[in-house]
Amino acid sequence: MRHLLSTRDLTRDDAVAILDVAEDMADVSTREIKKLPALRGKTVVNLFFEDSTRTRISFEAAAKRLSADVINFAAKGSSVSKGESLKDTAQTLAAIGADAVVVRHGASGAPQVLATSGWIDAGVVNAGDGTHEHPTQALLDAFTIRRRFFGTDARGRDLAGLSVVIVGDVIHSRVARSNAWLLTTLGASVRLVAPPTLLPVGVNTWPVTVDYSLDDSLAKPADVVMMLRVQGERMNAAFFPNAREYSRLWGLDDARLAGLGEGTIVMHPGPMNRGLEISSGAADSARSTVLEQVSNGVSVRMAVLYLLLSGEREDLA
Amino acid sequence: MSGSIIVKGARILGAESQDVLVRDGVIAQMGSDISEQGARVIDAAGLVALPGLVDLHTHLREPGFEQSETVLTGSRAAAAGGFTAVHAMANTSPVADTAGVVEQVASLGDAAGYVTVRPVGAVTVGLKGEALAEIGAMARSRAAVRVFSDDGKCVSDALLMRRALEYVKAFDGVIAQHAQEPRLTEGAQMNEGEVSGELGLAGWPAVAEEAIIARDVLLAEHVGSRVHICHLSTAGSVEVVRWAKSRGIAVTAEVTPHHLLLDEQLVRSYDARYKVNPPLRRAEDVEALRAGLADGTIDIVATDHAPHPAEDKDCEWASAAFGMVGLETALSVVQAAVVDTGHLEWTDVARVLSRTPAEIGRLAGYEQGIAVGAPANFTLYDDSVTSILEAGALRGKSSNSPYLSLSLPGRVVGTIHAGYATVLDGELVDEETVREAGGRRG
Repeated sequence: MRHLLSTRDLTRDDAVAILDVAEDMADVSTREIKKLPALRGKTVVNLFFEDSTRTRISFEAAAKRLSADVINFAAKGSSVSKGESLKDTAQTLAAIGADAVVVRHGASGAPQVLATSGWIDAGVVNAGDGTHEHPTQALLDAFTIRRRFFGTDARGRDLAGLSVVIVGDVIHSRVARSNAWLLTTLGASVRLVAPPTLLPVGVNTWPVTVDYSLDDSLAKPADVVMMLRVQGERMNAAFFPNAREYSRLWGLDDARLAGLGEGTIVMHPGPMNRGLEISSGAADSARSTVLEQVSNGVSVRMAVLYLLLSGEREDLA
Repeated sequence: MSGSIIVKGARILGAESQDVLVRDGVIAQMGSDISEQGARVIDAAGLVALPGLVDLHTHLREPGFEQSETVLTGSRAAAAGGFTAVHAMANTSPVADTAGVVEQVASLGDAAGYVTVRPVGAVTVGLKGEALAEIGAMARSRAAVRVFSDDGKCVSDALLMRRALEYVKAFDGVIAQHAQEPRLTEGAQMNEGEVSGELGLAGWPAVAEEAIIARDVLLAEHVGSRVHICHLSTAGSVEVVRWAKSRGIAVTAEVTPHHLLLDEQLVRSYDARYKVNPPLRRAEDVEALRAGLADGTIDIVATDHAPHPAEDKDCEWASAAFGMVGLETALSVVQAAVVDTGHLEWTDVARVLSRTPAEIGRLAGYEQGIAVGAPANFTLYDDSVTSILEAGALRGKSSNSPYLSLSLPGRVVGTIHAGYATVLDGELVDEETVREAGGRRG
């Protein structure tokens, strides 16, 4: 694997292979010594143009467990604000000798520009770009679902037969996009639920179904309910009237939680707005995978870095 | 002596071959086997002769943004593309909203000599959309401005637009509207649709263009003014203009070469060379624009030549500037998009790239095209060659072209402006020679 820029261009076999390597990495994490020498001598740069402590420390932990050297580079400002440009930053990292760059950027497509510009040779991992994609989040979500439903039988399997409901601010969500592509590639059926204002034009061409009503959608069987973070300031741009109405119509509250089928799990990429899109009851219930998602995130990111940096980078195998 | 020129054997508007004798700035004679003592002879066998191209929509960037383009460098790019006149948009710094600025731009154009530079005046002071600029002063200045536009920004206030449409009637002027409803396009990055949804780029919906055009044609009808719509980009816009014309409203419309050839799928690369305003649209829109140009709904092709320095394009999409250069490649792109596809003949190209834009801009001398007695403005174009566009073929200061490393048909071999050559054998004539030739004319 040369870069990981999106889930849209991953094949089913690519994705299953990443998840299987992540299983191996998860095994490492249960050992007394949680460290492999696999990437000794490799340099991984976490290049974060946006604050995201959670994603950054997850990548940092992943790289360190593989014995890579880690440099954290928080680049404030952008070429817009006449700070250092993406190009200058990339060339600086190339000069330092980065082998992989994990990039978080507010502009959709910035990791792709970095990977294709010729400014730097390093492998590029998209750690979230604007409202485009967040592929490692989707991979860790898929990993979490696979483990919950197939346990020790998970290796080699995809998600065929499972149904996933993704609820909330789809239009602004890179998590929703990456999950819509990846989970359907893996054979799951995906239903998006949101007010029409928070769905992108053209969503009808996605390989998903769309519901405006959360209650109607939850009346149908669902294995997974994934709640997306909703930013309160959206109401100022007339996406919805106010937080109370949003919560009443599209929030996973205690009543909706109680109505879920027996095996249904509840996911959230974090950070959560308790009381807005998800109640504390739902967030803290046994159905919730929120903390598993965090720990699985390290395993999945170890797998991605390993596949990017060890041996033949062109091949997943 | 006086610099007479004989063009031998050019296919006039792509039709029969004739010789053309240019003397004292005008076409003195046309026919076969013309000769004249001391005249420079240009062998144009097989080349298409078109009247000098007139661009109604050019950004020359001077004053204020000379890192992108100057009147001189933009004039050279224009001549290299077969143009003999350009209309320089008002979004300079200072804005061309006073007689002083438009006169300065016009005189820089005269001094360079490659093309006739016709300044466009701002509609509102500082392009701010709040108060009318000194339209009368600009119209009556030495620059004799006839086209007024806040291009880059929409005159979105309906009352101000109404007043502007009314006011310019006193000076035989026209308002050229950049149709973009501002609230519907806040932060917009690309056409809103399937692709924007996937790429996570904020959408620029077609309705934001179409709604303004619909409003403005109705305003023009109400006050009995003419209105010109810049860079139509959607199928719906073509429909609205077609409806307005059927009602007899005095609307004219332009389309850019890039909207006739390229579509939004290119944005998938996140390559900022494809970032332009209005954005590249769907393939269906491209088809509708071609059909609209062919049936006369769209009156002209205008380049919206928008140079930017490398650093404004060599970055992530959201930070990049909008716009692409287009003067040098306009004729080739028109050939590829609408001539080779059978939508337009060369006579139509002469209409949409020369006679009609001159008429809209009230620029004299282009009424007859290539004819005895007409001012000698024409270009010689080889429509039989195909080549890969390289940066060296771009003659302006900037190289933000979406066509680099693409294969395009045709090549401008010669350009005659006001009776003297600005391009010979595919190369620009040097600045000093052109300046002197232009000066003699003045």
